[in-house]
Amino acid sequence: MKTVEEKTATIDRRKFLKITGVSTIIGLLGGWKFVELLAPGELEATYLPKAEALTAKRWAMLIDMKKLTEETAEKCIKACHHVHNVPDVGDPKREIKWIWLERFENAFPGDEHEHMPEGMEGKRFFVMCNHCDNPPCVRVCPTKATWQREDGIVMMDQHRCIGCRYCMAACPFGARSFNWGDYRSLIKNRNSEYPTREKGVVEKCNFCAERLAEGLMPACVEESGGAMVFGDIMDSQSELRKIMREHYTIRRKPYLGTSPQVYYVV
Amino acid sequence: MRMPEEKKKVINCLKETGFYKQGKIYDRGKVIAGIVVFIVIAAFPFFYHAGKAAKMPEPKLDTPVIQQLPEAERFCVLPKEEMRENHMVLLDEWRDQAVREGNREYTGYKGKKYTISLQRTCLECHSNYEEFCNECHQHTTKTPVCWGCHIQNPKEWAG
Repeated sequence: MKTVEEKTATIDRRKFLKITGVSTIIGLLGGWKFVELLAPGELEATYLPKAEALTAKRWAMLIDMKKLTEETAEKCIKACHHVHNVPDVGDPKREIKWIWLERFENAFPGDEHEHMPEGMEGKRFFVMCNHCDNPPCVRVCPTKATWQREDGIVMMDQHRCIGCRYCMAACPFGARSFNWGDYRSLIKNRNSEYPTREKGVVEKCNFCAERLAEGLMPACVEESGGAMVFGDIMDSQSELRKIMREHYTIRRKPYLGTSPQVYYVV
Repeated sequence: MRMPEEKKKVINCLKETGFYKQGKIYDRGKVIAGIVVFIVIAAFPFFYHAGKAAKMPEPKLDTPVIQQLPEAERFCVLPKEEMRENHMVLLDEWRDQAVREGNREYTGYKGKKYTISLQRTCLECHSNYEEFCNECHQHTTKTPVCWGCHIQNPKEWAG
């Protein structure tokens, strides 16, 4: 009479050891394949950001209007428009602008009053895309041609833009321009390292994403002689945050809830 | 059997009105001549080019930059055959990786690293748009939309 245990046991000790032995050998063979895969040159990523690329948790811009003269601003505009092949259209209704000067009361509507310090009224502020934390342009784009990167930059993919101009209607800062025609011939200070734009797409400041990828600061910041500071706003040790601790800064139309990331020292 | 009878009726009716006469084509000579003329015109290109093969495209690789490369380094980002068949797929990948993912470095054939850029990398070597890109694109009647924005001849363009 066999015991219950003996009846239910489907394999004996000998068989069990055999199976484990064979499985171990098979497992080791598989493991060897794994080792081979890890050999150099096999599993390395084909696409990587460049080693010299500048990275941040959240990029932001600070413009010190006490330091910035209109002369410097013109230099910055020139540099930006050269680097990005921005055409000089002339007609304000059809022009392309990435960075430009705007009167205080137009850039900061509601903040103006009768008793402002001398020179504040009509003072020309340096404005550009605010790369908002909550960008309305991104929300309305039907093709995801404009989207927000993880580092906060509101990027534009010209390959996907269908020219519907929803983003232009959504942006409360007028930071976006439309290519009403073929403007290539209107580019004066040409740069052969950056593409141009075609008729029917929207464009704007991209915080020089293509320069950051190569380890360079934005073109305007380089030309500003310290009046513009670009940095990581999430890094409390950054130059940007240092200045923001020392000076009170304002943003354009914060009451709209888009959370602009271009800060001004006035 | 109702159908044949109805059919007969219709044919009879047509015969009476003169629209239908079995085995007769009105203006036979003109019609046949017309058909012959049409066939000759439509088939003209085939006869005209009979026996003559279209010239095979010969994309030129003799740009200064390529010439300067030592023989061992004269290769593209991927093997020649792969590039010939799938360069458009690679270009699409490059576009998405650079613009959308922010990955601007590509490790290609033989582990060589490249900056992902049509104007700065591809056209650096292949600086002869007309004799290189256009050679095959014209042969296959392809008009890629790249050049609406990207600059074909960066060196000349910058001036």
